[in-house]
Amino acid sequence: MTATAEATGAPTRVVRRASISSNRRKALIWSYIFLVIFAVFFLMPPIYMLITSLKSSAEISAVTNPWVVYHPTLENYIGLLTSRQYLTFFRNSAMVSVSVVAITMVVSILAAFSLARMKFWGSTLLATGVFLTYLIPDTVLFIPLFKMFAYVHETTGIELINHWYVLIIVYPTLTVPFCTWIMIGYFASIPKEIDEAALIDGAGYIQMLTRIFIPVALPGIIAAAIFAFTVSWANFLYPLAFTTSTDQLVLPVGIITTLIKGDVYNWGQIMTGALLGAAPPLIIYAFLMDYYIAGLTAGATKG
Amino acid sequence: MADATASGLAMPVVRQRTTLRRFARRRSTIAFTMALPLILIIAVLVAYPAVYSIHLATLNKSMQHFVGFGNFLFLFKRNTFWMVVEQTVLFAVSAVFFKALIGLILAHFVNNVPVRGQRIWRGMLLVPWVIPPAMSTLAWLWLFDPSYSAFNWVFAKVGLPAVPWLGNPYWARFSVILDNVWYGAPFFLIMYLAALKSVPEQLYEAASIDGANWFQKLWFITLPMMRNIISITVLFSLIVTFANFDIVKILTNGGPVDQTHVFGTWAFLLGILGNDIPLGATISLFMFPILAIAAVLILRNISKRGNEA
Repeated sequence: MTATAEATGAPTRVVRRASISSNRRKALIWSYIFLVIFAVFFLMPPIYMLITSLKSSAEISAVTNPWVVYHPTLENYIGLLTSRQYLTFFRNSAMVSVSVVAITMVVSILAAFSLARMKFWGSTLLATGVFLTYLIPDTVLFIPLFKMFAYVHETTGIELINHWYVLIIVYPTLTVPFCTWIMIGYFASIPKEIDEAALIDGAGYIQMLTRIFIPVALPGIIAAAIFAFTVSWANFLYPLAFTTSTDQLVLPVGIITTLIKGDVYNWGQIMTGALLGAAPPLIIYAFLMDYYIAGLTAGATKG
Repeated sequence: MADATASGLAMPVVRQRTTLRRFARRRSTIAFTMALPLILIIAVLVAYPAVYSIHLATLNKSMQHFVGFGNFLFLFKRNTFWMVVEQTVLFAVSAVFFKALIGLILAHFVNNVPVRGQRIWRGMLLVPWVIPPAMSTLAWLWLFDPSYSAFNWVFAKVGLPAVPWLGNPYWARFSVILDNVWYGAPFFLIMYLAALKSVPEQLYEAASIDGANWFQKLWFITLPMMRNIISITVLFSLIVTFANFDIVKILTNGGPVDQTHVFGTWAFLLGILGNDIPLGATISLFMFPILAIAAVLILRNISKRGNEA
C-alpha cells in the first residue's frame, strides 16, 4: 500500500487509486520483474568483462564456470598498466579527446552565440545546415577525407595520415555540429531582456558572452563538453582508417590491433584493456549523470 | 538593435574608411566572424568531402580516368553488393525496431516504479550506451567465442545445444543485431522516459474514468502524445544504424562469407584495405538516400516547430 502511494506521486490520485490498488501492486511487481531481467541483460557484458579481467590465462582456458572467478588476480591490470604501449594508447586518446573538447567548446560556443543572438545574412540557413551536418555519418566521410589528407601530403608535405593529431582535425566534424545545435537551444532560452540590459550598461558582445551567456548556460556547456569527450574517446572508424603505427594509435584501435595477435586472443588482457578504456566515460557518467542525460535529450527536444 | 541588423543586411558595400570601421563594429560582421570557425569546419571537413566522394565515385581504381557510372554498374553486377544491401536494410530496420520497442517498454516500466527508485534504474540501464561500442563489442566477441562462449556454457548446463554465434551466417546476423540492440536500446529508453513524463496525467485519469484499459491508454494517449519524439528518435537511430561500423567490424568483420557486411564495413574493406578508393566511395554513397529522406523529414519537423513557437 505504501509503495502504491509513492508510485502515484501526485497525492490527489491516491484516494481514487486505492480501489484498484491490487492492480497497481501487480503492475509494480511486473515492472520490477522486467526491469531486473533487462538490467541483467544490459549489465552482463561489462560485468563479464570485469570477471574475465580478474582471471589468469590458465583459468580462462580451463573448463570451469566462466561466470565465476576462482583465483582472482590483478596480473592483467599490472601487465597493462606497466606496458609502455598501452600507456601510449591511453596518452594519445587523452590528448586527442582533451584537445577536441577544447576546440569544440570554443568553436561551438562562439557559433551558437552568434547564431542564437546576433543573426547575420544566412544565419538561419546555417543553423539548419549545422543540424544536417550532424546527420552525416563518419562512414560516408572517411574515404574522401583519407584521399584529401593524402593530397595535402602530396602538395604541402604535411603528413597527416598515420599521426594521432590527424584525429584532432577530424573529430570536430563529429562533435561541433551537435554541440553547436544544443548550445543554440540553451542560448535561445536565455531571456532577451538580459542582453538588452547588458548592452545598455555598456557591455560589448564578448563581455555579454563571457559574463552572462556562459555562466547562465553552464549546465548546457557541461553537457556538450561531456558529449564531445565521449564521442572523441569512443570513435573507432577514423583512427582505424587514418592511423596504423602502434605508437600513433588511440585506445579502441590499439587494444584491438595489438592485443589480438593473429588468432591468439589473450582474453584476460583484452577485457582488462577494454574495461580500462571504458573507464573514463563511465566515471564521468557516474558523477555527472544528469548532465550526460541532459546532453542526450537536448538534441531531440530542443530546437 | 533591429535597425542595426537590417542596415547590416542592406548595405554590405563599404566606401569609406569611417564606414569600414563602423562596418567592422557592425553586429552582423562580428556575428559572422564568430561563426566563421564553424563554417570552415563544416565547409572543409564535411561539405567538401561529401561532394568530393561523388567525384571520387566516378573515377577508376587508379583515379586517373573518368568512368562515369562505371563503378555503380560494376557493383550492380556483383551478388555481394546486393547481399550487402539486403543485410544493411535487414540489420538497420530490425535493430531499430527492437531498440525502439525495448526502449518504449522499459520506459514504461521505469516510469511505473516509485520516483525515488527511477534514478537508480535509469542509471543502470543506460550503461550500455556509455561504454564505447568498440570496447563493449569486445565483451560480446568474448561472450560469443566459439570454444569458450559463456552463453554456450550456460546452455550446456540447462541441456541446450551449443549455438555457433558467429560461425553460422544466420546466427552471425542475429548476433550483430543483438549487440546493436543492446547498445542502442538505452538511448530510446532515456528519450521515451523524458517524453512519458511530459504527457499530462489528467489525460490518463480522464481515460480511467471513461473505463479505458491499459492498451487503450497506450494506443490512444501515450503513443499519439509521443508521436513526435518516436519519429525523431527512430529516424536518428536509422541513420546511425545504417552507418554502423564498429560493431560489425569487430564482431564478425563481415564474415562468415560476407554475410554480415554493412555498407560501412564493406566500403572500408574495398576502399581502404583493398586500396580501391573510388569503389569504396561509391559504396558509401548508397547511404545518401536514407540520409536525404531523413533530412527532408527532419527539416519539415523543424519548420513545423518553428511555426508553433
